Amino acid sequence: MSAPRFAPGDRVRILDIGKPGHVRIPWYVRHKVGVVERHCGAYPNPEELSCARPGLPAIDLYRVRLGQRDLWPDYAGAPDDTLEIEVYDHWLAPAQDDAP
Amino acid sequence: MTSTPAEMSAIPVIEGYDGADYYALMTRALHQILLEEGLLAPEETDKVIAALEAPRPEWGARLVARAWVDTAFKARLLADGASAAAELGFTIKEAQLVVVENTDDLHNLIVCTLCSCYPRSLLGQPPWWYISKSYRARAVREPRAVLEEFGMALPESVHVRVHDSNADMRYLVLPRRPAGTEDAREEDLARLVTRDSMIGTAQVSAS
Repeated sequence: MSAPRFAPGDRVRILDIGKPGHVRIPWYVRHKVGVVERHCGAYPNPEELSCARPGLPAIDLYRVRLGQRDLWPDYAGAPDDTLEIEVYDHWLAPAQDDAP
Repeated sequence: MTSTPAEMSAIPVIEGYDGADYYALMTRALHQILLEEGLLAPEETDKVIAALEAPRPEWGARLVARAWVDTAFKARLLADGASAAAELGFTIKEAQLVVVENTDDLHNLIVCTLCSCYPRSLLGQPPWWYISKSYRARAVREPRAVLEEFGMALPESVHVRVHDSNADMRYLVLPRRPAGTEDAREEDLARLVTRDSMIGTAQVSAS
C-alpha cells in the first residue's frame, strides 16, 4: 500500500466526479475547499461494495475540515464554525493555491 | 417552471417510507422460505436480533465516566476510540470510533446526512429524530438553531463543529464533565451521561 497522498493540514478541493449510485460524498460539500484533519486509514470503496464487488484496492479516507461560511454563504452562526466530513482519495484534488 | 432558491427552502422536509412495506414483506417472505427449506433455524435469527439490541447508551456512558476520572484513559480514548473501548470490554464493530471532546470553547455535534450511520455496536440503535430527514438536513445547515431547539443556546464564543458521519468512521462526543461533580464516583458519573449528550444535542447536568 502506498503512502497517503495528503497529510493533515493540506488544502484540498472536494470534487464532483459525477458518479451515480451509492456514493458517500453529499452534494453540499462538492466543489468546496477545506483542510485535511486526519488520514483515517484505507477502506474498500463503498461505491463498489454496494454492487457486490470487492472494492479493492482499499482507498485512503480522510477527514476534511470545512468552514461553515464556505459551505453556506448565508450561514447564520459564528463566522469560524466548522464542519468535518470523510472523503475518499479519488474525490479530492490538491488546492494549494486556488481560492476557496 | 423552476423554483427559486427561496421557494425551495420553503418546502418542508417530507419524511417518507417509500418502499418500506415492500421490503418488509419481501424480508418476511425470504425468511419464511429459508425456514421452510431448513437453511435457517428460528434461533439463528433471534440470536442476531438479540446481538443487535444488546448495545445501549449506558455502554458509552461508561467510557465517558472513565475518561472523566482517568486522564490517561481519556488520552487513549481520544487517540483510538475502539482500542480504549476494548479496555472496558466493548467491541466496536465499525471501522473506527472517533471520539471528539467538548470543551468550554468547542461544541461537537454528530449527524449522518446520507442515512443513519451511528456507533450502533456501542450505543445501540439511534433515536428516531437522528434518522429524520429534518435533523439530517438541518444539523449541517443551521446547527445552532437545531441545538437551540434541543434546549442549548450557545454563545458565539463557543465554536460549533459538526461531524457528518458519512462514510466508515463512527463518532462519539465526549461531553463536558458537569461542575460540582469533582468528588463523584465513576459509577455515579456514568449515570449522569445521557445518549443525547454523546450525540452532542445535550449537555450533561450534575443531577
